[in-house]
Amino acid sequence: MSERTIVSASERRRPGTRAGLAVTHVFLFATLVIAGLGPILWLAKAAVTPTQDTLQQPFALWPNGIDWENLSTAWNDIHIDQYFFNTIVIAAGAWLTQLFIATTAGYALSVLRPKYAPILNGLVLATLFIPGIVLLVPLYLTIVNPPLLGDVSLLNSYLAVWLPMGANAFNILLVKRFFDSLPREVFEAAKTDGAGPFRLFWSIVLPMSKPILGVVSVFAIIAAWKDYLWPMLVLPDPAVQPLSVRLPAVQSQTELDVFLAALAIATLIPIAMFLLFQNVFLRSAGLGGAVKG
Amino acid sequence: MTATIPERPAAASVAPAPPPERRPTRRTPLTWYRGGGLANLLFVLPMVFVFFFFSWSPIVQSVIMSLQKTNLIVSEWVGFDNYVAVLTDPQLGRAVINTLFFALLALLFGFPLPLFMAVLMSEVRRAKGLYSALAYLPVVIPPVVAVLLWRFFYDSSPNGVFNTALSWFGIPPQPWISSAVQAMPSLVLEATWAAAGGSIIIYLAALLSVPPELYDAAEVDGAGIWRKVWHVTLPQLRGILFIMLILQIIATAQVFLEPFLFTGGGPAGATKTILLYIYDKAFRNSLGGDYGEATAVSVLLAIVLAILSWLYFKLTNRWSAS
Repeated sequence: MSERTIVSASERRRPGTRAGLAVTHVFLFATLVIAGLGPILWLAKAAVTPTQDTLQQPFALWPNGIDWENLSTAWNDIHIDQYFFNTIVIAAGAWLTQLFIATTAGYALSVLRPKYAPILNGLVLATLFIPGIVLLVPLYLTIVNPPLLGDVSLLNSYLAVWLPMGANAFNILLVKRFFDSLPREVFEAAKTDGAGPFRLFWSIVLPMSKPILGVVSVFAIIAAWKDYLWPMLVLPDPAVQPLSVRLPAVQSQTELDVFLAALAIATLIPIAMFLLFQNVFLRSAGLGGAVKG
Repeated sequence: MTATIPERPAAASVAPAPPPERRPTRRTPLTWYRGGGLANLLFVLPMVFVFFFFSWSPIVQSVIMSLQKTNLIVSEWVGFDNYVAVLTDPQLGRAVINTLFFALLALLFGFPLPLFMAVLMSEVRRAKGLYSALAYLPVVIPPVVAVLLWRFFYDSSPNGVFNTALSWFGIPPQPWISSAVQAMPSLVLEATWAAAGGSIIIYLAALLSVPPELYDAAEVDGAGIWRKVWHVTLPQLRGILFIMLILQIIATAQVFLEPFLFTGGGPAGATKTILLYIYDKAFRNSLGGDYGEATAVSVLLAIVLAILSWLYFKLTNRWSAS
C-alpha cells in the first residue's frame, strides 16, 4: 500500500482534479524556479557582466561583453581568497569544537552518568531558555577580558568564535537523546570484554552515532558560515575576518561587477555543499523543527 | 568533588568488620578512581569549561551589569536606574514597535506561505525531490550575501532589478528600502524568502505523519479536497504549527542582520529594531558603550523570550510524548 496524501487515488482520476494538479505543478515549478534558482542564476550572470550592463539592463540575457576578469579581480585584489580561507578556518574550528563538546558531554550525561549528571543536565538545559543574542554584551566583555585568566584578551583570536559556539545546549540535547536510544546491552558486552570508558566512547558509541554526528556537523558548519554579528565584534582586525564580515565592509570601495563576483564566490561553496550532501541538509532541516523537543 | 567522605582506615580496621557486600559503598579516592570517577570528570570537563565561561557566567554577569553603571574599570551599583532609563526612553518604545511590526508582517506573509507551499508540494507525485531542493536553495545562501544581493535588487531607480520586473506589468518604480513606509515590508519580504525553505521542509515531514486513515474516514463521510484540508490536515498539524509560530516569534524578536545591513535602522529610524537598539547602546560608540543600559534591555528581552521558549519546550515535550 502506497502512502496517500490529501487527494485520494479516485479523486486523482477526476478530470477537474487532474487539471487542478497540473496547474499546481506549473505553479510550483514556476514559483520555485524563480524564487529558489532565480537569484542564484542572476548572481552567476552578474558576476561575469560589466557594471554598466548590469545597471542599465539587469535582465539582459546576453550581456554586451563577458568579463571573466571580475572573478579574478575579486579573488586577488579584494583578497576574497584570504577571507575565504578565514571562513573555512572558522567553520572547521567551530565544527570540531561543537562535535567534541557535544559528544563528550552527551556521553557523560547519557552513558557514564555520574551522580552529578542531573545537575549538569539541568544547568545545560536551562540555557536553552536564554536566547544567545541577549548575552551579547557580557559575552563580548568576557572575550575582551576572560575572568580568572589574568590579563589576556581573546579579541582577534578564533578561539573567541569557536569556544562560545561550543556552549550549545541544543547540540548536547540532540546527542544525549541519540545516545540514550543506543542499546545498553552493547555497552555492557563491551565492558565485560574489558573496554574502559574511553575505548567504549571511541570504538563503540561514536561509530554507532554517525547519523546524529552528521546532523550536528551540518548545524555547526552552517551556523559558523552564516554568523555575522559575533565575528564582527570579536574579530576587529580585517586580516582575520571571515567573508560574511568583510563583504559588507568592502562594498563601498569596490566596483559593482567585482563586488557581485565576490558575492557569487561566497555563495559557491555552500551551494556545492548542499548539492553534495542534500539528504543530510534536508534531514537536518526537518529535524530542526520537528524533533527539537 | 565526589570524594568528600574522609578516609578512616585505622578506625575501619579496629571496628568490627562490616558485612562484605557493604564495602563498595565506602568512598575513598581510590574507589572513586576505580569507579570511573576520573573518566567521568574528564568527559564532563570540556562542557563545564565552555558553559562556565561562555554561558553561565555571562548570564549572571548580564543581570549584575544591568544593575550597575560601569566604564569597565570602576563599576557602581545603581539599582534599577538603567531599567528606568531605558523604559522611559522613547527610542526603545520606537524600537519595540518596529520589532513588533516586523514580527506582525512576518506572521502575515511569512507564516502561511511555507505551509501553503508544503501542502501543494506534498500532493505532486513527480519531481518532489527537485522541488524540495529548489525550495531549500535560498536557505543555503549565506544570509549576508543574500541581504547584500537583495539590497541591489531593491535599487529604487527605474533600472533597478525589481523595478525593471515591475515595469513588465506596468507598475511604476517603487522606492523599496529608501522609503520609511516600504522599508520594513521590504525587509520582511527578503527575510521570508530566505527562511521559507526551512519551514517548507519541516511541514513536508509533518504532512507525511498525518495518519492516512483519517483521510479515508473523511472521504467515507463525503468530504472533498478542501474539507479534508480544513478538517483533517490543519487540525493534525496544530502542534507543529504552534511550535513554528513560537519559534518564528522568538526569531523575529531578535532580528538584526536585515535592518543592520539593509538600512542601518533607517530611513528616519523606521527599521531600528530592539537588537539594533542594544547594539547601538553597547557598541556604536568606539570609546565604550553604555553597557548597563544595553544589558538592561537584554535582560528584559531575555525574560520575554525565555517565557516563550519555556512554552515551546512544554509543547514539544507534550507533542513528542504523544
